[in-house]
Order: sequence, then C-alpha cells, then structure tokens
Amino acid sequence: MEFQTHVETLKESFPYTIPVFTGFVFLGIAYGVLMQSKGFDIFFITLFSLLAYAGSAQFIVIGLFALNVDFIYVFILTFIVNARHIFYGISMLKKFKDTGKLKYYLIFAMSDESFSIIHTAKIKKDINEKLFMFYITFLNHIYWIVGSLLGAVLGTLITFNTEGLEFVLTALFIVILLDAWKDKINRKPAIIGIFCSVLCLTIFGVQNYMIIAMILIVIILTIFKKNILKEKGIY
Amino acid sequence: MSWSTSTIIIALMVILSSFLTRAIPFVVFSKKHEHPYIEYLGNVLPFASIGLLIIDCMKHTNILITPYGTPELFAILTIVALHFWKNNSLLSIVGGTSIYMICVQYIF
Repeated sequence: MEFQTHVETLKESFPYTIPVFTGFVFLGIAYGVLMQSKGFDIFFITLFSLLAYAGSAQFIVIGLFALNVDFIYVFILTFIVNARHIFYGISMLKKFKDTGKLKYYLIFAMSDESFSIIHTAKIKKDINEKLFMFYITFLNHIYWIVGSLLGAVLGTLITFNTEGLEFVLTALFIVILLDAWKDKINRKPAIIGIFCSVLCLTIFGVQNYMIIAMILIVIILTIFKKNILKEKGIY
Repeated sequence: MSWSTSTIIIALMVILSSFLTRAIPFVVFSKKHEHPYIEYLGNVLPFASIGLLIIDCMKHTNILITPYGTPELFAILTIVALHFWKNNSLLSIVGGTSIYMICVQYIF
C-alpha cells in the first residue's frame, strides 16, 4: 500500500482518537506513577501496558502483585473484568473477516474505545476501512503505552489538578451513544444495555455485577429479537 | 520487586486472560458469523455494550449520598445539549468534561 494512502488514513483516523488520547495519557500516567511507587521499573511497566493493554484489569492487579495470591485467582479475576471484550469480538466478526494479517493485531489490541469508534465512525468512501481500523486501534494502543511510560518516568513531578479528567472517556461513550441514537434501530439495544447494567449494579454491587449484566443483556436481546428486527425492517 | 518469578507469572496471567477474552469469539464463531442468531447479536450487542460501558464508567457514583451524582448529571446534560446544538463530538466531550472537572474541583 502506498505511503500516501497511509498518510490520508492517519489524517482521517486521528481526530476520532483525540478524546482517547486525553483519557489514556492521563490514566496511563496515573497508572505509571502508581506502579512506580510500588517499586516496578520503567521497562516492566511499559512492557506490561503494551502486552496486557487492559486498563481496569491492570489497575486491579496492582494491589495483588505484593500479596501471595493464587495465580488462577488472578486469571479468573482479570478474565471477568475483561469479559466484555467477548461482546466486541462477536460484533467485529464480520468487519475483521477480510483484514488479512492485520486481523491478529486488531484482535490483540481491541479496547472499549477502539471498538466504539470503529463500530460507529462514518468514514469517507475513499478511505480504506481496513487501514482505518488499524490506525484507530494502533493510535489508542500507543496512547496507553506512552501514558504509562510517562507516568513511570515523571513519577510525582506532575502537580496539575487533574481531578475529574477521567470523565473524558465517559463523555466519549455518551457522545457515541448520542450519535447511534439518531438511528432508531439502535435505541432498543442501547436501552436494554443501560437498563440491565443499572439493575444488576443495584442488586449485585460494583464487584460482581458485570458478568451477570452481560448474561441478562444477551437473554433480553434474545427474547426481544423479533421485536427489534421488526424495527430494522429488513427481516 | 519488578522481575521476581511471582510478579512475572501474575503479569502473564493478566496478559493471557485479556488476550483470551479478545480472541475467544474469533475462534468459537470463526465459521458461524453468517449464522442468523450470531449475526443478530453482532448487530445489537455494540449499542447494548456502549450502554453498559457508560454505566460502568459511573459505577462508583452514589446517588444516595452527597453530591448525589450531580456532577455527572450536569456533565451529561451539557454533553446532550451541546451535541444536539452543534453536533461536534469533540466540542461535546470537552464541554462535558470541563463541567465535570469544575463541579468536582470547585463546587462539590
């Protein structure tokens, strides 16, 4: 593929990732600072962020490194925290089908943010979709790695009051939802997602709700399949 | 303590489990993506997932104690208003996040 194509796709992709840039660099720095304060070196922190690339799971295990915990427990805990990626995979089966070698990287570096952007972005016709998906995924991955590295290097030098900055990622998801809302067909699944999550969060609490919410979402989507498909008008 | 055997194994567990959650659908459903039910799920799960993500982002907000989720409410209202007014994603995100930061830093 020609150099010019890469430049154009990169130009098209970058604006979509600006909110992620803000959120990931900020959270990455917070992560790097925390890990460094627990005695981890820059190389470990950066490599771990590159290979795991799992923000919430990485934050959760910080406290477990020092304890003599069962490895299987760590595996199960982080599997549960990341289980929502299974939903993303199911949604991306078709889109990733013809991506060739890029497919392995796209799967390996999937994130909440890359998934949401790729799935909802309305790209221009002359842009190569495969390459667009790659650059969205790649840029977001880099932001997280660079953030972690910065945090590990700068440590506690940063004193600017950043309280509340993490809301930038929440805001990104809300905007993505608002854009999806314009298409009537997306509304019922979105409402089902929100409803099941709030319900399970209220009943089961922060620690345990997600897997149960995911199962409930699939059940309700299955029950209302006919109803939702009727809305689409294609079946 | 960076490179002790136990920290390396813990790190590998996180890497492996994260990778598996990403790879499982492609292994299990590799030849089934045209099955109507899987295709249906592929079409509707994204928006259900984004709903789940939004709630997950705010899971530590307790609406029963002060400030009763007011910063989140103000921020969301700002995002919705800006987005319907200007329809500019970045503007909505910057506006909403700024309101949220002002609320948690100066007001509540």
